[in-house]
Amino acid sequence: MIAVVDYGVGNLFSLMSSLRYLGLNCIVTNKEEDLLRAEKIILPGVGAFGDAAAKLKESGLWDTVIESAHKKPLLGICLGMQLLFEKSFEHGEYEGLKLISGMVMPLSADIHPSLKVPHMGWNRLEIVKDDPIFKYFENGEWVYYVHSYYAKDCRDGILGISEYDVKVPGLVRSSTGLIYGMQFHPEKSGDAGLRLLKAFSEIE
Amino acid sequence: MIGKRIIPCLDVKNGRVVKGVNFKDVQDMADPVEMAQYYYETGADELVFYDITASFEGRKLFTDVLRAVASVIFIPLTVGGGINSLEDFDTVLKCGADKVSVNSGAIKDPSLIHAAAKRYGSQCVVLSMDVKRVNGQFRVFANGGRIDTGMDALEWAKKGEALGAGEIVLNSIDTDGVRGGFDLPMLRKFGEIVEVPLIASGGAGKKEDFLELFQYDRIDAGLAAGVFHTKKIDIGELKKYLSENGVNIRI
Repeated sequence: MIAVVDYGVGNLFSLMSSLRYLGLNCIVTNKEEDLLRAEKIILPGVGAFGDAAAKLKESGLWDTVIESAHKKPLLGICLGMQLLFEKSFEHGEYEGLKLISGMVMPLSADIHPSLKVPHMGWNRLEIVKDDPIFKYFENGEWVYYVHSYYAKDCRDGILGISEYDVKVPGLVRSSTGLIYGMQFHPEKSGDAGLRLLKAFSEIE
Repeated sequence: MIGKRIIPCLDVKNGRVVKGVNFKDVQDMADPVEMAQYYYETGADELVFYDITASFEGRKLFTDVLRAVASVIFIPLTVGGGINSLEDFDTVLKCGADKVSVNSGAIKDPSLIHAAAKRYGSQCVVLSMDVKRVNGQFRVFANGGRIDTGMDALEWAKKGEALGAGEIVLNSIDTDGVRGGFDLPMLRKFGEIVEVPLIASGGAGKKEDFLELFQYDRIDAGLAAGVFHTKKIDIGELKKYLSENGVNIRI
């Protein structure tokens, strides 16, 4: 069973639809015991980092997510991926879950001023390091992004990037363990996105 | 880099796709879910649904359709038509919409753009404008293009952007339905002053029209209804053609 963490950030309709479409057993939950008994965890999220981090703490699941991440596969999506890092500098400075090394920084500071922020739309995901998550994915397939901040200094954690003047880490993984992050929205990335979710569901 | 987008637009009334539907032998294609599925499979980058019903019952049918579509279609969905309040935003977002398009509702109350951008983020708010030339001026028309508001369309676009619209759809009434190509002279005027992504609508009749459109790099997406619904243009073939001609697009 896949537990999708519900901590009051964003809309889980599409994500749940995509998991059900794949025939996966999944639940939306804000209960600790569900995360403990789940085989895999997905941490979604849209909005601002500080607000999301505060809500995850309020839900009482912050520590449970960290502990679970060391025992079972975890996937952070969009803001949920950014939460996996050490720190974010979105409208201030906020601590992350520190499960993957790196910082979340504004895209606008690093890209050409003519490029629009948010980085929104379809972009190619180029594989930089092979991984079981790419089991059903071909190099250079398109995925759908909507974000204004991005992960920097991820060191060895980057599995896939998309070019947007800078190399945006699209798919990351912790150097040890099965903690994954997708900056794009797999639930909005058509068939390619569904195949990435399917591969995640098979990670052991 | 970000690819150009091809967006079919479906007008829904009482739970069915209307206007421009001409699938003579395939009547069922007027079912919005099947039609959305068809576009999803042929490579549409995004879908737009306009609710053109006024009644409460029609509204309910529309949200049912939206929920059904969002359960089987995994690309961004934009919803418009009759969006007048934050409650309207909330309703369609909960049914699976990713972006919400405002038109007459924002003309009546421009603060709606700001309030929605603040609550859901600019990326969620699309300002849709029906524009027509009147005495040498680009004018904003309201109520599905029927009423001349007297507002200057270029000023309205700038204002909408300043209020927080994350994207602007420009529908040229002058070229809409004519199928003689997009209104590039008009689009260029807006491209010079608008910074958010611009979606061109009105006038697409053949594949070459999209190629001509995307030669102007300020345009991010091309939107059409009839030419796709009647299968005059197949989206899969269109995107292949554009890609072969150097347009950066998902195929």
